[in-house]
Amino acid sequence: MADEEDELLETELSYDQKKEIAKWFFLNAPAGEINYVAKDLKAVLSDEEVYNEAAMEAFPVYNKTHMICLEMPSGAGDVIVSSYSEINENEYLDPRTAQVAIVDHVKQICTKVRPANDEELPSLYIEEYRYALDAEIQRYVSESYPKGMSAVNCVKGKDNEGPGSDFELVVIITAMRLSPQNFCNGSWRSVWNIDFQDESQVLDIKGKLQVGAHYFEEGNVELDAKKDFQDSTIFQSADDCAIAIANIIRHHETEYLASLEVAYSKLPDNTFKDLRRKLPVTRTLFPWQNTLQFSLTREVEKELGLGKISIISVVSCLSFGVMYTNRISKYDRYCSASRMKELKFGPKKSSVAGNRTRVSWVKARYPNRWTTTDMLLELLKN
Amino acid sequence: MEAALGLLRRMPPKQSETALSALLSLIPQHSSDLLSQVDLPLQVLRDIESGKDFILCEYNRDADSYRSPWSNKYLPPLEDALYPSSELRKLEVEANDIFAIYRDQYYEGGISSVYMWEDDNEGFVACFLIKKDGSKSGHGRRGCLEEGAWDAIHVIQVGSEEEEMAQYCLTSTIMLSLTTDDESSGKFGLSGSIRRQMKMELAVADGHLCNMGRMIEELEGKLRNSLDQVYFGKTREMVCTLRPPAEIVQMRLPDT
Repeated sequence: MADEEDELLETELSYDQKKEIAKWFFLNAPAGEINYVAKDLKAVLSDEEVYNEAAMEAFPVYNKTHMICLEMPSGAGDVIVSSYSEINENEYLDPRTAQVAIVDHVKQICTKVRPANDEELPSLYIEEYRYALDAEIQRYVSESYPKGMSAVNCVKGKDNEGPGSDFELVVIITAMRLSPQNFCNGSWRSVWNIDFQDESQVLDIKGKLQVGAHYFEEGNVELDAKKDFQDSTIFQSADDCAIAIANIIRHHETEYLASLEVAYSKLPDNTFKDLRRKLPVTRTLFPWQNTLQFSLTREVEKELGLGKISIISVVSCLSFGVMYTNRISKYDRYCSASRMKELKFGPKKSSVAGNRTRVSWVKARYPNRWTTTDMLLELLKN
Repeated sequence: MEAALGLLRRMPPKQSETALSALLSLIPQHSSDLLSQVDLPLQVLRDIESGKDFILCEYNRDADSYRSPWSNKYLPPLEDALYPSSELRKLEVEANDIFAIYRDQYYEGGISSVYMWEDDNEGFVACFLIKKDGSKSGHGRRGCLEEGAWDAIHVIQVGSEEEEMAQYCLTSTIMLSLTTDDESSGKFGLSGSIRRQMKMELAVADGHLCNMGRMIEELEGKLRNSLDQVYFGKTREMVCTLRPPAEIVQMRLPDT
């Protein structure tokens, strides 16, 4: 081990390599845990410079992918940090209040707000659609998510002055629940892209839902679920569009939640079974008590020079060999010595058929053991 | 070191291998500590002589070779390698045969290996390993899983015999990941690892194998249940807190 460590020490990592590794840890932090990761990472790296640079590069990416919500000063509400609201790396638009939040990514706070410029905001025509949809989505989120946040941003064609050209709105819904004292954190993120296609008068809707949960009390367990959706509706007035879109989103998200419930309910009896069953195929605990006799039987076989034991005979030893020994005590009351000899030391029958003829006798007496063997042989055949 | 373990606890369980190798390169001075305290998904090698697969771990490793429990040979061949005593090897052979049956009954497939070695205080240590690929393309009988991996590591320390009793100390780790992918629920992935310990004093008369086997069966069952019920249940609860199911919302609707 000492040699190996010396070898490892010789291949010292470069500055950039260290930074890349550090960034990997940052970016893989579960929802709401990046600061804990940062603390541990700082200790592991013990290199302030690498740590700071990695943090500077990783936090903005993490904050945007996790779409974190930051409280804006002076009670202006929350802003969602996301690539859809990004003006530049440190500035994020809150379209609802028409303000721009200036963000410190590493500290995860909003330091200042400023009113948005005209060119940062959508045209009146677009705003009409955005505003109506935002109101509908807010209503839906407040009904369905106890701690949900939402925003509607325009990501394409925000300067359109009236009908005649395409534009695209993005609905973001995010809900996070952090309870580190219970070792459990989780997040729900929805992103719905609504493409308003002027020529075909169709709204093309694409959704991406992502749900994560991390439970780590004396262990580390993670849920990672995601699904893409696609739908469409017709281009109507701003208010009618908003209602139609909100209904579509509500419908898909409710269905998705139900399907997650189904996936969970299938776990114990289906999905998990493909990894490991709750009980053996025999539905009884494994007959460990027979293993001692198994060893004895094997000793005897070895002494008699029966040579290599095939897997079939191992199985039959474990179940039948043991039965012989159990049986013999009862058996010898009414069996002749020669019969006994044949049973115990007679030529080993390893074919299934060979065993079965004798087993019918055991079956009546030891139903459980019969299943054991039966199933076992069945398994081995496959 | 504590910080390193803290990081491993937070990284996605599926990425544990990457996380560990990253830590090994960052803090090579702690490599032996890390390797002894962190369990990783198991690797498999084929023993050509016996035509069977066996599992690789720290316990059957010597230099860069691994000992097959089937042929008792190191692969690739190694001179002056360590072997268990012939007495212990006999128990090891039996344990492998019996554990293979146990594995088949619970796992309906998979690979198992058992390794034993003498320890310093007159007892011995046994390591029971199971690896199962439960995916559609692997050994998943029901075909529910896109991807499904289960690794079980049971290390059991057996103390020396005293008045026909022996101390057994079992440490079990389960690592698993499963992903289903269907029309309605999309990609649904759960992964995780937990480790627990169990100590018992048992009569040697029942046989070491019987005693160890029962303990492993019990603890493995407990771990499976707590993953299934407690751990996965917690993530389910979390989902329901984030967005409560429709019935609850509907019950609340009339008020609003």
